[in-house]
Amino acid sequence: MQPFIRVTGPAAPFPQPNVDTDVIMPKQFLKGVDRKGLDRGVFYDLRFGPDGQPRADFILNRPGWQGARFLVVGPNFGCGSSREHAVWGLAQLGIRALIGTSFAGIFNDNCQRNGILTVTLDAAVIDDLMTRVGQPSANGLTIDLPEQTITVDADGHIIPFAIEALRRDALIQGLDGVSATLARHAQAIRAFEDGHRQANPWFY
Amino acid sequence: MPRTLYDKIIDAHTVCRLDDHGQVLLYVDRTILNEYTSPQAFSGLREAGRTVWNPSAALMVVDHVNPTVSHRTLEVADKEAAAQIAYFRENARDFGIELFDILDPRQGIEHVVAPEQGLVMPGMVVAAGDSHTTAYGALGALGFGIGTSDIEHYLATQTLVYRRLKTLRITVDGDLAPGVTPKDLVMEVIRRIGADGATGYAVEFAGPAIDAMGVEGRMTVCTMIVEAGARGAIIAADEKVLAYIQGRPRAPKGALWSQAAEAWLALRTDEGAIFDREVHLVAEDVAPMVTWGTSPDQAAVITGTVPAPEAEAEPGRRAALSRALDYMGLAPGAALDGITISHAFIGSCTNARIEDLRDAARVLRGRRVAAGVRAIIVPGSTQVRAQAEREGLDRVFSAAGFEWRQSGCSMCLAMNDDVLRPGDRCASSTNRNFEGRQGKGARTHLMSPAMVAAAAIAGHLADVRTFSTQEEVA
Repeated sequence: MQPFIRVTGPAAPFPQPNVDTDVIMPKQFLKGVDRKGLDRGVFYDLRFGPDGQPRADFILNRPGWQGARFLVVGPNFGCGSSREHAVWGLAQLGIRALIGTSFAGIFNDNCQRNGILTVTLDAAVIDDLMTRVGQPSANGLTIDLPEQTITVDADGHIIPFAIEALRRDALIQGLDGVSATLARHAQAIRAFEDGHRQANPWFY
Repeated sequence: MPRTLYDKIIDAHTVCRLDDHGQVLLYVDRTILNEYTSPQAFSGLREAGRTVWNPSAALMVVDHVNPTVSHRTLEVADKEAAAQIAYFRENARDFGIELFDILDPRQGIEHVVAPEQGLVMPGMVVAAGDSHTTAYGALGALGFGIGTSDIEHYLATQTLVYRRLKTLRITVDGDLAPGVTPKDLVMEVIRRIGADGATGYAVEFAGPAIDAMGVEGRMTVCTMIVEAGARGAIIAADEKVLAYIQGRPRAPKGALWSQAAEAWLALRTDEGAIFDREVHLVAEDVAPMVTWGTSPDQAAVITGTVPAPEAEAEPGRRAALSRALDYMGLAPGAALDGITISHAFIGSCTNARIEDLRDAARVLRGRRVAAGVRAIIVPGSTQVRAQAEREGLDRVFSAAGFEWRQSGCSMCLAMNDDVLRPGDRCASSTNRNFEGRQGKGARTHLMSPAMVAAAAIAGHLADVRTFSTQEEVA
């Protein structure tokens, strides 16, 4: 997993509420057995016209927001299906962080497992940031995860954010979760399992 | 200190605490794997040379991409679907996990199949690569969806890195009126609290209307509450749950059964336990619901009208409403029961169990689907299909003009060949009305199976309460 320490780049506004994972990654991109080529699928029906050409009015196709590294998003972003393909696609497109008021649970975990930082902030802060990054001349941000700050590059405005240490450190280190769990807890899991089996023999 | 049922289950599954902010290493009892969210998890295991911690705690079911035509074969024409199924079979074989393949008499939608087999029991934690895993709450188990990375983590370690949720209790007093179903109840809950109303919460359903509900109805409620963002759902097990589980293939037997039954009935929220949030509803206030928009909370009673964007005060939601009406091709103020449909679909983990099919058959007996409507029934499992055929329901559906299909997820998410075309409008017993969900440009109206049956006959969305129903063939 790519570590997240300090990332600079343009941010794009995506204010719609309840953007679901069907919209982020439509069904025709779910039929692989690997993770390849999912950057093409991200927001496919919004990004591309019926002829497969980019829609000029879609935010990520507009000058200034092409190559966005961050999205400032509306509430409940990533709701619906558990499909991790949505997150793999966003990562392949170069998106490193999502900033919003709330994220759907499974989607949020999927981001965490793939090195995409999700930052949750109050609605007023998000509204202000949404307006700022809506101007292509002022949409550059720097996110410093160890410092837990977002800096608006144009004027140096700093927005601090909170994140649990466990999540933060996993992102900074780019940890492989399975290796970490097995290395640290395999014995504890076995011991727990023995007790669990005795308490609930009908489960086994 | 009094504890909620959710807290008891989490406590009983906590291997160790990972921080002081509610992160734990959570032991997970079971998973069910499907062919589209699991392949990369298995590839991860293969690349790292890892094995599955406990293969007998997993079940693999082909459900998302398989065709549902009445005569199906092991081979699938669609190349990508065939490749997913082939790799699924390879993974089942190489990792030693039981597989219900396309032609297995136990095949079906994973959330229908697992309870059917007695694989889900009160007090369990079940995590699976499908958001509707919340279904298992109906059996007193904590079920929740996970992504592919977490499937891999589960398979390798039998655990997940899990953050304890806030708790929300939804208490439903009173009785549901005739013609009003568990689907209508959960749609009303979602309408009230919003598509993010339960985000970050585990939901416990309680109250007389839940107690009176059958186990399958509770599955509908628990399955669909994920559309309000719930990361888990649960209903305390009662005698109905025990009766549902007893005698199923994987259920405990003999002395172990009695021991389990006693433990399961004792597993409930303590008197005085405090929830982070409480919501109360009165069942008599619930009426047959339909969605008019592209988010499950964009719903109204069938006797209502399409809302006007101006009625929405918050700008973001107003814009979303406007966009939804544009996508749905609906004008503000239009009567919901005047909306003409081209398709009717009864299926999905939310509403394709035997009680759902019986509900639909009561409306369809002696009636015909309206001209111009294509109507399809996809049973929740191959066993549900067989049961329906024993009861003669298939003949009711066929006589009414419904296509009687094999089991799978089918047109709930249209990953197989059951796909709507742009502009098609479908009355659907499924759980998501997202843009493009049933096909690019297709329009979905969510409702109960009985309401889908009524719409299919009328040719437009219709109030099932105005239809007389028949128990037996006339």
